[in-house]
Amino acid sequence: MSILTEAQAKAILDKVIAFSTADEASAQLSGGTRGNVRFARNDISTSGIVDDVELAVQVAFGKRVGTATINQFDDAALERAVRRAEDLAKLAPENPEFMPAVGKQTYQATNTFSKATAALTAEARAKIAEASILPCRDKGLIAAGFLEDGNTFFAHANSNGNFGYQRSTVADYTCTVRTEDGRGSGWVASNVQDVAAMDAGKDVQIAMRKAAASADAQALEPGKYTVILEPAAASGLISFMMNFFDARSADEGRSFLSKQGGGNKIGEQIMDPRVNIYTDPAHPGVPAMPWDADGLPRTRTTIIDAGKVANLQYSRYWAAKQGKPETAGWGNTIMEGGTKSTADLIASTERGILVTRTWYIRMVDPQTVLLTGLTRDGTFYIENGQLKYPIKNFRFNESPVIMLNNIEELGRSVRVEDGSFMVPSMKIRDFTFTSLSDAV
Amino acid sequence: MDRRDFLALSTFFTGAALSPSIFGKAIAASQLQDGIEMAVKKRLADAALSAATAAGATYCDVRVGRYLRQFVITRERNVENIVNTESTGTGVRVIADGSWGFASTNTMTEDAVAEAARQATAIAKANARIQSAAVQLAPTPGVGEVSWRTPIKKNAMDVPIADKVDLLMSVNDAALGAGASFVNSLLFLVNEQKYFASTDGSYIDQDVHRIWAPITVTAVDTATGKFRSREGLSAPMGLGWEYMDGRAEDKFVLPNGLTTYGNSYDMKEDAIAAANDAQAKLKAPSVKPGKYDLVLDPNHLGLTIHESVGHPLELDRVLGYEANYAGTSFATIDKRDAAFKYGSEIVNLFADKTQPGSLGAVGYDDEGVKTKRWDLIKDGTLVDYQTIRDQAHIVGKTESDGCCYADSWSSVQFQRMANVSLAPGKTKMSPADMIAGVENGIYIAGRGSFSIDQQRYNAQFGGTVFYEIKNGKLGPMIEDVAYQMRTPEFWGACSAICDESDYRLFGSFFDGKGQPSQISAVSHGSSTTRFDGVNVINTARSLG
Repeated sequence: MSILTEAQAKAILDKVIAFSTADEASAQLSGGTRGNVRFARNDISTSGIVDDVELAVQVAFGKRVGTATINQFDDAALERAVRRAEDLAKLAPENPEFMPAVGKQTYQATNTFSKATAALTAEARAKIAEASILPCRDKGLIAAGFLEDGNTFFAHANSNGNFGYQRSTVADYTCTVRTEDGRGSGWVASNVQDVAAMDAGKDVQIAMRKAAASADAQALEPGKYTVILEPAAASGLISFMMNFFDARSADEGRSFLSKQGGGNKIGEQIMDPRVNIYTDPAHPGVPAMPWDADGLPRTRTTIIDAGKVANLQYSRYWAAKQGKPETAGWGNTIMEGGTKSTADLIASTERGILVTRTWYIRMVDPQTVLLTGLTRDGTFYIENGQLKYPIKNFRFNESPVIMLNNIEELGRSVRVEDGSFMVPSMKIRDFTFTSLSDAV
Repeated sequence: MDRRDFLALSTFFTGAALSPSIFGKAIAASQLQDGIEMAVKKRLADAALSAATAAGATYCDVRVGRYLRQFVITRERNVENIVNTESTGTGVRVIADGSWGFASTNTMTEDAVAEAARQATAIAKANARIQSAAVQLAPTPGVGEVSWRTPIKKNAMDVPIADKVDLLMSVNDAALGAGASFVNSLLFLVNEQKYFASTDGSYIDQDVHRIWAPITVTAVDTATGKFRSREGLSAPMGLGWEYMDGRAEDKFVLPNGLTTYGNSYDMKEDAIAAANDAQAKLKAPSVKPGKYDLVLDPNHLGLTIHESVGHPLELDRVLGYEANYAGTSFATIDKRDAAFKYGSEIVNLFADKTQPGSLGAVGYDDEGVKTKRWDLIKDGTLVDYQTIRDQAHIVGKTESDGCCYADSWSSVQFQRMANVSLAPGKTKMSPADMIAGVENGIYIAGRGSFSIDQQRYNAQFGGTVFYEIKNGKLGPMIEDVAYQMRTPEFWGACSAICDESDYRLFGSFFDGKGQPSQISAVSHGSSTTRFDGVNVINTARSLG
């Protein structure tokens, strides 16, 4: 029951729309199976499955909007959900920013589904845990990790005749390996759409090597250093910054993209000319659903073009108010890189610091996107193109905007985080570390 | 999850409006008071317990849950959304062949929950193959059929939507009238109706209520391009609508007029103060970095307690169960055994799952253990941790501390932080008395940016408002303040704690932990407290 076919989903959504007496109605149906296995101390700790399908209905009487959802699908239940949404809409005050539902759209399907991931079993999950745990038991190391896989569908329709349906899969694996004495720690992550591309047995070796190599860390003085951020470390800061590309906040004067004296920074050079960032739902590395939350079709859109702000995110309301074209909300972010590996970046570095991962990143000052956070699970000093010795972790206070003005070199761009972001490894000068951490 | 994430979700509600998977299913306001019949819950629970036992499970617990939330979300003079959500379903956890397994279903039939129980048992057996040691549960007595309810005076879910809208609109009007450029205000109500049953012979019905009323007021100076926000000084609480009464006896007023709040909140008054503060922040001088004596208000210190005491003393973190996500802890068991000095002699920190008004208060935890209060740091010395049934034996404890929680019927329960609080000082002292003794310091109220490493040593905290203290007197507001600390040194520098008349609760609605990530709500009590010689940095930067 948890995966509905396109025909099954459409039949339910059509009924829901037909039940509504409001001026307009929109409905979404989503569901699927999510499985997981978690391990720690070289044993499996928790493991489970969640099955769920949910229907959400939004209706509007004029500018009054109400939303209701339900998880049963007989006719009486469907009608009840519609009536509940209508009751809420009648209680709500008018929202002057209300936007009517989108008209009928055409979507280009994107490749978000993999059969192998959809077929994962509890036994297969246990084997991935086993492939992580057993080599660590053999080497006297301690593994803690997590695998979560999702096999889901999403469908939507509205009273203007719009409809969309697509399935997707994802498998996300992370593993932290620590030395028994707690003096070394390494980490690895793999987020894939097709679990056939995941090799936990191979990945865990990276975490094991970093754990063993990071014991006996030396303390360096805090200060400004040339750093090589692995893609996971860079994405921690850059993906945080991407949350603040909202046009309205910029136009209202409360964003780092606000212009002194009013307006926003579209067209302004804010980063090194080597920085190019865009969104593209059809990108093969990080495919996204072909529509946004309002049902608008997503298209390839440039965000940063050679260091200049090319586009900001406009909500439908703000686009209308500012006389801008209606564009879909972004479903993924791709920062272009070069052809070099992280190892190549290390080889060309006279003195610097390799950062595996950044952690507990929080906004300190939204005016400058000053972020604080820490390095974690493998931080090494580089001298004459080689990893020289492990160093203690640092706290940083740095703005990704400043960081992307201090680029020495970009490496290859890879898929990171939740599968919606591609970012290169990067060599950055004058990265600001403000204190030492004793944490391993 | 923190406030930033929550506000992002608020925006999501506005933009997308349809978000069932995040907060549950939306229902009509009139249906928020109806619960699932007790007999139905017991029947479902018994079906799962029987099916698990028949499938070979040696232990089973069942949670039949109905999770209700209501949001009223506004900005300036608009109500952006009103959302009622409900999420109902059953989660079944078993031990089979010495391993844990979990499965959940939103289908409320005996057949469906029995199938979930069999699925959970099959998962446990699949995992047992590589398990090196069988799960051990600390004993807990079956309590039969019992019930518990948050001691609220007025159920916030019963208050008409129109009253809530009127309140928030008057709050926003007040802020805009006082010169704010923008204001966001929210009401966020939670009711967890939880039924727990286990093969130990417990059938526990609980009705848990929480409330939160955050505001963010922003001032913009277009000419300079500068903007500053000031958050409200409320705390999420385990209270009903009575929290919004703003009673005079619950106000705490500093010599400079800054008002903070205890068991009730005057939202409109705080909105006006926030508008004034946001504008003052635009012109406030930037802090000179260096060492200062800090005087920390309870609604600020709560977050520091949370990060530097609450988390490192979670036993699952100490043991390595969270190593892949939130991290481990510097406060290892050998340190407890060696009577590690965590802080100065006046530092007493305790865990408490029973404190009225707190977010963490329940009668029983999510594995059927009766809740209690116990010491974590006694006279500055580390004495204990927070734990649950399957980890108690590892540190030689014979019972769980009752710290098990799941944020949904569909989430597996695991160890979550109790309310962890700093005991008030034993001698009479008000915040004004404390400030009078400081030569070169900074007073900080409210939460700000917070970040701490994965073993809870190195932390950095901002705040909401900062005032210079010079020669015993509160001076002007200052900006760009953050303090950096190393946990044992910071608590070692604790030199004075105000008495119990100043004691109040800080709260966090969205403490994130675990994989898949779950949220939890927890409170931290303290009185205004002084820390000597703490390193303060200046956070101002320029984008050129």
